Amino acid sequence: MADLPKADELFKSINYTPPSTGWMDTPVDTSPGNWCYPAKAEKLEYLGMPNPREWNPADVDWKLPENWQEIVKEGFRERLDKYRSLKVFMDICVRCGACADKCHFFIGSGDPKNMPVLRAELMRSIYRGEFTLAGKILSTLTGSRVMTEDVLKEWFIYFYQCTECRRCSLYCPYGIDTAEVTMMARELLHLCGVNINWILEPVSNCNRTGNHLGIQPHAFKDIVDFMVDDIEEITGKRLNVPMNEKGHEVIFITPSGDVFADPGIYTFMGYLMLFDHIGLDYTLSTYASEGGNFGLFTSADMMKKLNAKMYAEADRLGAKWILGGECGHMWRVINQYMDTMNGPANNLEVPVNPITGTVFENARQTKMVHITEFTADLMKHNKLKLDPSRNDHIRATFHDSCNPARAMGLMDEPRYVIKNVVKNFFEMPEQTIREQTFCCAGGSGLNTDEIMEIRMRGGLPRGNALKAVQEQHDVNMLSCICAIDRATLPPLANYWAPGVDVCGVHELVGNALILDGEKERETDLRFNPLPGKEG
Amino acid sequence: MNALYSLVLVFALVLIALFGVGSAHMAGLFGTLLPYVAVAVFLVGFANRIIGWAKSPVPFRIPTTGGQQKSLDFIQHDRFDNPVTPGQTFIRMILEICCFRSLFRNTKVELRDGRVTYASSKFLWLFSLLFHYSFLLIVIRHMRLFFEPVPECIAFVEMIDGIMQIGVPRLYMSDLLILAGLGFLLGRRLKDPKLRYISLVTDYFPLLLIIGIALSGIYMRYFEHVDILAIKKLTMGLVTFSPVIPEGVSVVFFIHLFLVCVLLVYFPFSKLMHAGGVFLSPTRNMPNDTRINHHENPWNDPNIKPHSYEAYEDEFREAMIEAGLPVEKKA
Repeated sequence: MADLPKADELFKSINYTPPSTGWMDTPVDTSPGNWCYPAKAEKLEYLGMPNPREWNPADVDWKLPENWQEIVKEGFRERLDKYRSLKVFMDICVRCGACADKCHFFIGSGDPKNMPVLRAELMRSIYRGEFTLAGKILSTLTGSRVMTEDVLKEWFIYFYQCTECRRCSLYCPYGIDTAEVTMMARELLHLCGVNINWILEPVSNCNRTGNHLGIQPHAFKDIVDFMVDDIEEITGKRLNVPMNEKGHEVIFITPSGDVFADPGIYTFMGYLMLFDHIGLDYTLSTYASEGGNFGLFTSADMMKKLNAKMYAEADRLGAKWILGGECGHMWRVINQYMDTMNGPANNLEVPVNPITGTVFENARQTKMVHITEFTADLMKHNKLKLDPSRNDHIRATFHDSCNPARAMGLMDEPRYVIKNVVKNFFEMPEQTIREQTFCCAGGSGLNTDEIMEIRMRGGLPRGNALKAVQEQHDVNMLSCICAIDRATLPPLANYWAPGVDVCGVHELVGNALILDGEKERETDLRFNPLPGKEG
Repeated sequence: MNALYSLVLVFALVLIALFGVGSAHMAGLFGTLLPYVAVAVFLVGFANRIIGWAKSPVPFRIPTTGGQQKSLDFIQHDRFDNPVTPGQTFIRMILEICCFRSLFRNTKVELRDGRVTYASSKFLWLFSLLFHYSFLLIVIRHMRLFFEPVPECIAFVEMIDGIMQIGVPRLYMSDLLILAGLGFLLGRRLKDPKLRYISLVTDYFPLLLIIGIALSGIYMRYFEHVDILAIKKLTMGLVTFSPVIPEGVSVVFFIHLFLVCVLLVYFPFSKLMHAGGVFLSPTRNMPNDTRINHHENPWNDPNIKPHSYEAYEDEFREAMIEAGLPVEKKA
């Protein structure tokens, strides 16, 4: 991070004029800083994935399997047969360029291979060269090429420079989704053992310990106890937090990032306070202690395997339905994949809010409700005692996470919750929020520090929008509903809009909630003095 | 360079037709055999591509949601950008296919004074619409060459297209608009460095080919004033499967017809198949309803199981008991 250029210097270095050499003739830069560290051999071995070894992307020799070209080609063919999306997206792009300046990595880098169209062409050129007749005969005229080691390296660099945020797919006249292309490319790279540790270590942790961070059950309980201590110190009230207990109505699952580090822990404290306030009959689980799913960034099979714990644990504990915490890609998995992969969850019931009686018809199949849907419903029915003035020191804006926005459409629920607990709320420019939202540039498993410059470049559109509301409205808090955001946005804000903090929506709820029998609070959940209590 | 290749290709095609009919006297080949082959290749090729796509399943419902989901009663659901029912999805598709909904969202990024700015940029949307609708109108108008008597609906379209009543023969608006659309699409490919960088021969070629078709058509109608009755005899001969090559058919007509045949043959093997593919795009043609209704993935593997709770407890049982966490088996 030491050699990260200053923000204004980085901004000035952005140039949208492509190089003079054609993209197929422009070699890929594999020097350090352009890639995430490769997956450790032991992680691949544990997960039973191919070609575990020590290797370095900066080296010429990536120690690929001998017949790797054949492996990629066969894997490609198999996926064309399995996914209509891939087949159609390989065939119908007209290269109109509408997507070109929609990608945060392109906006921040100017590298033409970060234009979604060209990122996909990295794969399409191989598709045409290997699978279409015209491509085989007239390779130059049709923009086709064959799979070489250089192409594979280019895939590794650029398909790990896509956060699968789907912003490009919103603007594409044919709905071509680069996330889908990136997923397929990553699956093909896995077949050759080319992958990154920042994804596969969490995956292997999650499989074994139940969460990405590798927190073991007793440690998980310790952490929750610490938070209960903090809540007691702030509110004077000691909460009971059931864990791994059978016979409760609801099982609550949230990303483990929320128990691991600030500012996520404040959000977690907010959840616990909310549940206490309404007397929810719930339990946490240490076995299913991960809402997120880095399997989504690995392969369809791995995603299914990790996700399956949710229904399995709900069954084991005899819960009626599942409540899910604030997390971006977690909700893509739950909304678009969970029931298809691991459902139907016949032992669960259609979720009903026990306090308001609202039947969550929109979750009648998955039996899983988003915490902001749940809280918004409570607020609408005036079931929460709130003191929004405790958030008066906060001037908040809201960052729509890519997946809830473009793979679900959860946009007004969190806003409804925020507006009930914060008086000073300001939206960022409209081209940067809701379905047009920009990525934190650390999604899809890229929130690792060795590519910090790439992340800061990709974070430019979000950072710039944040700076705009900071200058206009003195915004000092960027709220979000994603644990990865809570890890990636603080450095982003610090770089592009210094002075803005990051929080989860339920931290703001926790601040405002008036618990039964609590003492008069002196501080917010971060132990910062409340407005009027600074002395 | 890629644009130049394409231009040379289209010129070569024109020359082939010019010499083929003008000097080598192969009007029969160009006027009868080729059109049959071209139409056959187009139909079979198009169907083949669609069937090829349809054969691959859609394992997951992956719509790109462009608006607020359906959730709580008091939250306004954006029905057509985030559909949950087949009817809403149908309307989303209509908006996409007939109005180019997604392209309408287009913005243009610029860096200015340390800021990233987003300007609305609707020209691509506008000129694409102009091109596609003009093309459609022209195709419908041409149907008059294949019916005797001409059905009223076709005559009506023709009347509307010439409603400005400029010149003799009457100027069709679609002739001007299609050139405007094509000119814009070609111009931006050449002018915008980003687009020039991604453009392949296969991007310029169809544009130039269609420009060639339009220009040869316009030349026949407004400049050469070709013998339309002779041409209609030829086209009627084609549709009644009794092909004839009447006297007095202009050589420009054969060039026009040849370019159309090339377009038909080229179509199923090229990006022009976006015309069929857009109907099958899973991010647009599916409802966002997998939390509401079960969706079946035909290759879902039931053998993929989670790391079991039993194995988990076996590994951590002692620590769990010590921490006071409930366990299934006591040591």
